Amino acid sequence: MRLAQHMSIASERVRSECVEATEFPELSQRYQVMAVPKIVINDTVEFEGAIPEADFVKAVLQAVSGKETL
Amino acid sequence: MGFLTAQDEQAVTREFEKLTGPVTLTVFASELGPENNAQTVSLIKEVAALSDKIAVKVMNPHIERDETAAYGVSATPAVAVEGAKDYGIRFLGIPAGYEFSNLIDSIIAVSRGESQLKEETKAALAGLTEDVSIKVFATPT
Repeated sequence: MRLAQHMSIASERVRSECVEATEFPELSQRYQVMAVPKIVINDTVEFEGAIPEADFVKAVLQAVSGKETL
Repeated sequence: MGFLTAQDEQAVTREFEKLTGPVTLTVFASELGPENNAQTVSLIKEVAALSDKIAVKVMNPHIERDETAAYGVSATPAVAVEGAKDYGIRFLGIPAGYEFSNLIDSIIAVSRGESQLKEETKAALAGLTEDVSIKVFATPT
Protein backbone atom coordinates (compact mmCIF):
# COMPACT_ATOMS: atom_id res chain seq x y z
CA MET A 1 0.00 0.00 0.00
CA ARG A 2 2.81 2.35 0.84
CA LEU A 3 4.05 2.58 -2.75
CA ALA A 4 0.54 3.18 -4.08
CA GLN A 5 0.01 6.02 -1.61
CA HIS A 6 3.29 7.65 -2.48
CA MET A 7 2.43 7.37 -6.17
CA SER A 8 -0.76 9.30 -5.41
CA ILE A 9 1.30 12.06 -3.90
CA ALA A 10 3.75 12.08 -6.79
CA SER A 11 1.07 12.22 -9.50
CA GLU A 12 -2.34 13.86 -9.68
CA ARG A 13 -3.29 11.06 -12.06
CA VAL A 14 -2.92 8.34 -9.44
CA ARG A 15 -5.58 7.51 -6.92
CA SER A 16 -5.02 4.78 -4.34
CA GLU A 17 -7.47 2.89 -2.22
CA CYS A 18 -6.53 0.48 0.53
CA VAL A 19 -9.34 -2.02 1.00
CA GLU A 20 -9.69 -4.06 4.16
CA ALA A 21 -10.57 -7.30 2.39
CA THR A 22 -12.45 -9.08 5.17
CA GLU A 23 -14.80 -6.12 5.70
CA PHE A 24 -15.73 -6.02 2.00
CA PRO A 25 -16.24 -9.64 0.97
CA GLU A 26 -18.21 -8.77 -2.16
CA LEU A 27 -15.49 -6.49 -3.43
CA SER A 28 -12.85 -9.07 -2.54
CA GLN A 29 -14.79 -11.72 -4.39
CA ARG A 30 -15.26 -9.52 -7.43
CA TYR A 31 -11.50 -9.02 -7.62
CA GLN A 32 -10.78 -12.64 -6.71
CA VAL A 33 -8.65 -11.83 -3.71
CA MET A 34 -7.09 -15.12 -2.61
CA ALA A 35 -3.97 -13.73 -0.97
CA VAL A 36 -2.98 -10.33 0.39
CA PRO A 37 -1.72 -7.85 -0.36
CA LYS A 38 -3.38 -8.01 -3.76
CA ILE A 39 -2.99 -5.02 -6.03
CA VAL A 40 -5.39 -4.22 -8.86
CA ILE A 41 -4.60 -1.34 -11.21
CA ASN A 42 -7.37 0.15 -13.37
CA ASP A 43 -9.20 -3.17 -13.08
CA THR A 44 -6.85 -4.59 -15.69
CA VAL A 45 -3.44 -5.36 -14.21
CA GLU A 46 -3.11 -7.26 -10.97
CA PHE A 47 -0.51 -8.95 -8.82
CA GLU A 48 -0.10 -10.38 -5.35
CA GLY A 49 2.52 -9.68 -2.73
CA ALA A 50 5.07 -6.95 -2.31
CA ILE A 51 7.13 -6.19 -5.39
CA PRO A 52 10.04 -3.81 -6.01
CA GLU A 53 9.22 -0.19 -6.83
CA ALA A 54 10.45 -0.51 -10.43
CA ASP A 55 8.14 -3.47 -11.07
CA PHE A 56 5.20 -1.62 -9.51
CA VAL A 57 5.76 1.30 -11.89
CA LYS A 58 5.92 -1.12 -14.81
CA ALA A 59 2.55 -2.53 -13.74
CA VAL A 60 1.07 0.98 -13.62
CA LEU A 61 2.39 1.80 -17.08
CA GLN A 62 1.11 -1.53 -18.37
CA ALA A 63 -2.36 -0.73 -17.00
CA VAL A 64 -2.57 2.58 -18.86
CA SER A 65 -1.20 1.14 -22.06
CA GLY A 66 -3.98 -1.45 -21.90
CA LYS A 67 -1.74 -4.33 -22.87
CA GLU A 68 -3.16 -6.75 -20.39
CA THR A 69 -6.66 -7.56 -19.23
CA LEU A 70 -7.96 -9.65 -16.36
CA MET B 1 -12.50 1.78 25.10
CA GLY B 2 -9.59 3.12 23.12
CA PHE B 3 -7.89 1.36 20.25
CA LEU B 4 -4.43 2.66 20.93
CA THR B 5 -2.33 1.59 23.87
CA ALA B 6 -0.18 4.14 25.67
CA GLN B 7 2.78 2.59 23.87
CA ASP B 8 1.08 3.02 20.47
CA GLU B 9 0.29 6.64 21.26
CA GLN B 10 3.87 7.29 22.23
CA ALA B 11 5.21 5.73 19.02
CA VAL B 12 2.73 7.57 16.77
CA THR B 13 3.31 10.89 18.55
CA ARG B 14 7.01 10.47 17.88
CA GLU B 15 6.29 9.74 14.19
CA PHE B 16 4.04 12.80 14.00
CA GLU B 17 7.01 15.03 14.82
CA LYS B 18 7.68 14.71 11.08
CA LEU B 19 4.42 16.50 10.21
CA THR B 20 4.94 19.87 8.58
CA GLY B 21 1.60 20.92 7.09
CA PRO B 22 -2.04 20.44 8.06
CA VAL B 23 -3.79 17.12 7.46
CA THR B 24 -7.51 16.45 7.25
CA LEU B 25 -8.89 12.99 7.86
CA THR B 26 -12.42 12.74 6.51
CA VAL B 27 -14.30 9.73 7.79
CA PHE B 28 -17.33 8.50 5.89
CA ALA B 29 -19.41 6.51 8.31
CA SER B 30 -23.01 5.60 8.74
CA GLU B 31 -24.33 5.75 12.29
CA LEU B 32 -26.79 3.02 11.48
CA GLY B 33 -24.20 0.93 9.66
CA PRO B 34 -22.20 -2.01 10.98
CA GLU B 35 -20.05 -1.63 14.07
CA ASN B 36 -16.90 -0.98 12.04
CA ASN B 37 -18.31 2.46 11.08
CA ALA B 38 -18.32 3.75 14.66
CA GLN B 39 -15.00 2.00 15.34
CA THR B 40 -13.37 3.79 12.43
CA VAL B 41 -14.60 7.17 13.67
CA SER B 42 -13.19 6.41 17.13
CA LEU B 43 -9.84 5.22 15.82
CA ILE B 44 -9.40 8.23 13.54
CA LYS B 45 -10.28 10.62 16.38
CA GLU B 46 -7.71 8.92 18.61
CA VAL B 47 -5.04 9.28 15.94
CA ALA B 48 -5.93 12.91 15.22
CA ALA B 49 -5.74 13.77 18.91
CA LEU B 50 -2.02 13.01 18.81
CA SER B 51 -1.19 16.06 16.70
CA ASP B 52 -2.63 19.55 16.51
CA LYS B 53 -1.86 19.48 12.79
CA ILE B 54 -4.57 16.88 12.15
CA ALA B 55 -8.25 17.75 11.81
CA VAL B 56 -11.12 15.27 11.57
CA LYS B 57 -14.33 15.59 9.58
CA VAL B 58 -17.06 12.99 9.84
CA MET B 59 -19.54 12.65 7.02
CA ASN B 60 -22.66 10.57 6.83
CA PRO B 61 -22.87 9.37 3.22
CA HIS B 62 -26.64 9.05 3.48
CA ILE B 63 -26.98 12.73 4.33
CA GLU B 64 -23.94 14.36 2.72
CA ARG B 65 -24.38 12.51 -0.54
CA ASP B 66 -22.87 15.08 -2.89
CA GLU B 67 -19.71 15.50 -0.82
CA THR B 68 -19.35 11.74 -0.47
CA ALA B 69 -19.72 11.27 -4.21
CA ALA B 70 -17.19 14.02 -4.83
CA TYR B 71 -14.67 12.05 -2.77
CA GLY B 72 -15.41 8.96 -4.86
CA VAL B 73 -16.47 7.01 -1.80
CA SER B 74 -18.89 4.19 -2.55
CA ALA B 75 -18.86 2.18 0.69
CA THR B 76 -18.38 2.76 4.40
CA PRO B 77 -16.46 3.02 6.53
CA ALA B 78 -13.97 4.96 4.45
CA VAL B 79 -11.29 7.52 5.24
CA ALA B 80 -9.82 10.17 2.95
CA VAL B 81 -6.33 11.38 3.91
CA GLU B 82 -5.75 14.91 2.66
CA GLY B 83 -2.90 17.35 3.04
CA ALA B 84 -2.66 20.76 1.38
CA LYS B 85 -4.72 19.10 -1.32
CA ASP B 86 -6.55 15.86 -1.94
CA TYR B 87 -3.99 13.45 -3.34
CA GLY B 88 -6.61 10.73 -3.81
CA ILE B 89 -5.63 8.50 -0.89
CA ARG B 90 -8.47 6.45 0.59
CA PHE B 91 -8.87 3.66 3.09
CA LEU B 92 -11.88 1.40 2.85
CA GLY B 93 -12.65 -0.38 6.12
CA ILE B 94 -11.14 0.27 9.51
CA PRO B 95 -7.45 1.10 9.04
CA ALA B 96 -6.28 -1.03 11.95
CA GLY B 97 -3.70 -3.78 12.19
CA TYR B 98 -1.45 -3.98 9.15
CA GLU B 99 -3.11 -0.98 7.55
CA PHE B 100 -2.53 1.19 10.59
CA SER B 101 1.13 1.74 9.76
CA ASN B 102 0.11 2.69 6.21
CA LEU B 103 -2.37 5.19 7.62
CA ILE B 104 0.33 6.81 9.74
CA ASP B 105 2.77 6.80 6.83
CA SER B 106 0.22 8.40 4.50
CA ILE B 107 -0.60 11.10 7.07
CA ILE B 108 3.07 12.02 7.28
CA ALA B 109 3.51 11.91 3.49
CA VAL B 110 0.51 14.16 2.70
CA SER B 111 1.50 16.55 5.48
CA ARG B 112 4.93 16.96 3.92
CA GLY B 113 3.47 16.86 0.41
CA GLU B 114 6.32 14.71 -0.81
CA SER B 115 6.51 11.14 -1.96
CA GLN B 116 9.41 8.95 -0.99
CA LEU B 117 9.80 7.45 -4.43
CA LYS B 118 12.88 7.05 -6.55
CA GLU B 119 13.55 9.79 -9.10
CA GLU B 120 13.00 7.37 -12.00
CA THR B 121 9.61 6.40 -10.56
CA LYS B 122 8.58 10.06 -10.28
CA ALA B 123 9.73 10.66 -13.85
CA ALA B 124 7.70 7.71 -15.14
CA LEU B 125 4.60 8.89 -13.25
CA ALA B 126 5.03 12.44 -14.54
CA GLY B 127 4.51 11.06 -18.03
CA LEU B 128 1.09 9.60 -17.28
CA THR B 129 -1.61 10.88 -19.60
CA GLU B 130 -4.44 8.77 -18.18
CA ASP B 131 -5.93 8.40 -14.72
CA VAL B 132 -4.76 5.45 -12.67
CA SER B 133 -6.76 3.79 -9.93
CA ILE B 134 -4.86 1.43 -7.65
CA LYS B 135 -6.70 -0.87 -5.26
CA VAL B 136 -4.68 -2.60 -2.59
CA PHE B 137 -6.47 -5.39 -0.75
CA ALA B 138 -5.09 -6.11 2.70
CA THR B 139 -6.21 -7.79 5.90
CA PRO B 140 -5.81 -6.64 9.51
CA THR B 141 -3.15 -9.22 10.35
